[in-house]
Amino acid sequence: MSSEQRPDLVLDARSVTKRFGGLVAVRSVDFTIPFGSIVSLIGPNGAGKTTFFNVIAGVYELSDGEILFNGETVIARPRRTWAEPIYWFVVPTILLILAVAALLAGIGIIGHLLFLATLLAIIPALLVALTRPRWYVRMIGRTGIFRSSRPNEMVSLGIGRTFQNIRLFGNMSVLENVMVGMHSRMHANLLDAALRLDRHKREEEAAVNDARKWISYVGMAGYENEAARNLPYGYQRRLEIARALASEPKLLLLDEPTAGMNPVETREMTGLIARVRKDLGVTILLIEHDMEVVMGVSDRVTVLDHGEKIAEGSPDEVRANPQVIEAYLGRGAASA
Amino acid sequence: MTGHPTTGPATGGTKPGIRQRLSRAMSPGTAFSARHQSLTTVVTFAAIGILLPVIVLLPPFSGFGTQNDWVGGFADAGIFVLLAIGLNVVVGWAGLLDLGYAAFFAIGSYTYAYGASPFTGLHIPFWFMLPIGAFVAASFGIMLGAPTLRLRGDYLAIVTLGFGEIVPAVFLNASTLTNGTNGIVGLDQPSFGRLFGVGDFGFTNPWPYFVTILGIIAVAFMLLSRLENSRLGRAWVAIREDELAAASMGINTVTTKLLAFAIGASTAGLAGVYSASKLSIVSPDQFNFTVSFTVLAMVVLGGMGNIWGVAAGAFLIFELQSQGLKQLNTFIGGLGLPAFNLGPITVDLATINFLNYQYLLYGLALVLMMLLRPEGLFPSRRRRRELHELPDEAERGNVELSEADEVEL
Repeated sequence: MSSEQRPDLVLDARSVTKRFGGLVAVRSVDFTIPFGSIVSLIGPNGAGKTTFFNVIAGVYELSDGEILFNGETVIARPRRTWAEPIYWFVVPTILLILAVAALLAGIGIIGHLLFLATLLAIIPALLVALTRPRWYVRMIGRTGIFRSSRPNEMVSLGIGRTFQNIRLFGNMSVLENVMVGMHSRMHANLLDAALRLDRHKREEEAAVNDARKWISYVGMAGYENEAARNLPYGYQRRLEIARALASEPKLLLLDEPTAGMNPVETREMTGLIARVRKDLGVTILLIEHDMEVVMGVSDRVTVLDHGEKIAEGSPDEVRANPQVIEAYLGRGAASA
Repeated sequence: MTGHPTTGPATGGTKPGIRQRLSRAMSPGTAFSARHQSLTTVVTFAAIGILLPVIVLLPPFSGFGTQNDWVGGFADAGIFVLLAIGLNVVVGWAGLLDLGYAAFFAIGSYTYAYGASPFTGLHIPFWFMLPIGAFVAASFGIMLGAPTLRLRGDYLAIVTLGFGEIVPAVFLNASTLTNGTNGIVGLDQPSFGRLFGVGDFGFTNPWPYFVTILGIIAVAFMLLSRLENSRLGRAWVAIREDELAAASMGINTVTTKLLAFAIGASTAGLAGVYSASKLSIVSPDQFNFTVSFTVLAMVVLGGMGNIWGVAAGAFLIFELQSQGLKQLNTFIGGLGLPAFNLGPITVDLATINFLNYQYLLYGLALVLMMLLRPEGLFPSRRRRRELHELPDEAERGNVELSEADEVEL
């Protein structure tokens, strides 16, 4: 477990390593994000930024290290996973013992019924292990069994993300996209929806209201019913942010939010990012190539090169760091 | 706004939540307009129930058969409508191509055979068997769905095709349990017990069956169409559009996909129970691949994703194949066309039985459909968008496909 916990950190990544076969994409990177800050991750192409990002978002299993979110270990090497099957078989085993006891005691019918129940009990047990509901994760967590969170679990913990290559739900409307973002904050289940219970109706109503607010917050009011794929490029980027914000994140991961934008759009996006932090108090981790954006909004900048952290500090410190100049422009430029 | 407690360790103590802060930053939005979807469904089905038997009394339909023949045909068509709206959940909404859908139909039918026949000696009433059949089929839907969770597209189709073959094969070969190729006969007929004044169920009286299937479809329809605009319905569509993005928005893809399989299967289970009670016999040959294929063709032709379109498509196709082709035989036979003589082959249109060419005609219809109207006869808005891609967007899609985000879940 964690050696020391720092309450000021929303994210604390400790010696994170990610290997793809023989290739080490991220090597032993320590990285912290204080609450309420905007932290940037920069580096040349192929430096491992997006890989690191995907590790935090729960998409990749990490090879080594540990990630604490809000002081709690959420991603690390799996531990004691061999013990997990014990949980699946607790109920069936009890039933089986009862069945054998019944058969030995001469109560044949009850014995047979219990034996049948044993077989049937295995199926829901396996299903629970497969779908991993929160209560199950918490239950097995108490005995030290640990598995890294899946992407959807990271969202319910409070990490929202956007993608480098926009991944909107293109054929859904803008409103629906944002409402999908609210998925983890909504609770209506199958029955609520099918029987249209009050809980479902109230929740849907509130969700539509909230979604409209999110849409106008990113400056897209009036586009609610447009298909996401028909939006102009800059609006697609903004919609991704609105969709991520709709999950009410503590930490928002933005993967190159201004890629492919013209200077005007870039300025608007930078403004939006600053606004999200100021109005909503969301902490932001930014991957970006556009140095103007990075230097403009970041509190701290971390530089990755070949999967290793080569510099960290305020934008000015990083800009002056010879190692950083070397990574970007080559050895000669650093000495010149 | 109703503040849902954002549980979990990530919730920071006394600070206002992000949603409260948003409310402060923005003015209140417009109200949500409630739709009278369910009322529309009920009224529509009541109208269909009254109009269909009346229409067939008018020419030209009255010339094709008695009213009872037609109503019996409609009752059979209802089975396929039910199957099609169930498959629409799996294929149209969740985007999981299921080629073995007949398996769940078979499981529903055999459930009824076990619950209400002399074979087991149990005689559970039809009305109780409906939910039981749906539940059993749903369980099998989850069981067969679970191993396919990591599969997509072609691979998923192949595995489900396999399941679709395995289930009837098991019913065929486990002959001590299922009576093998002879099937289970003498299943109980449902009974209204003098309700509704439509008489008793029987081979000569199709009316009770017609009313029953109409009711089952209306209920299934109402429940399913409610799901479409719910949290779950949106999650299905999101998974179909982009699974990684869906997972990154907090959707548990495992649960959501399994629910799609379960709900699709339960609808097929209802259809199975009903069909078994109507035929009063179940045998493995009722559930071969052509059933899966026919239902899938109905979903595609009707308009994937649009529950009304799928239902209409299924009904039209069923009536075309059962009545249309028969009438085509009579019509062409009555024209008195001379036989063509093409060397060694003599083609006499008058003696061709078009019913035998049913699947050839399906194939033709599907090919034409794919060329002319790939989104189906009555497409959902979403599918139409998807299949009529703007050319510049197609290009941009290619450019944007880099490997950075293409990861395995």
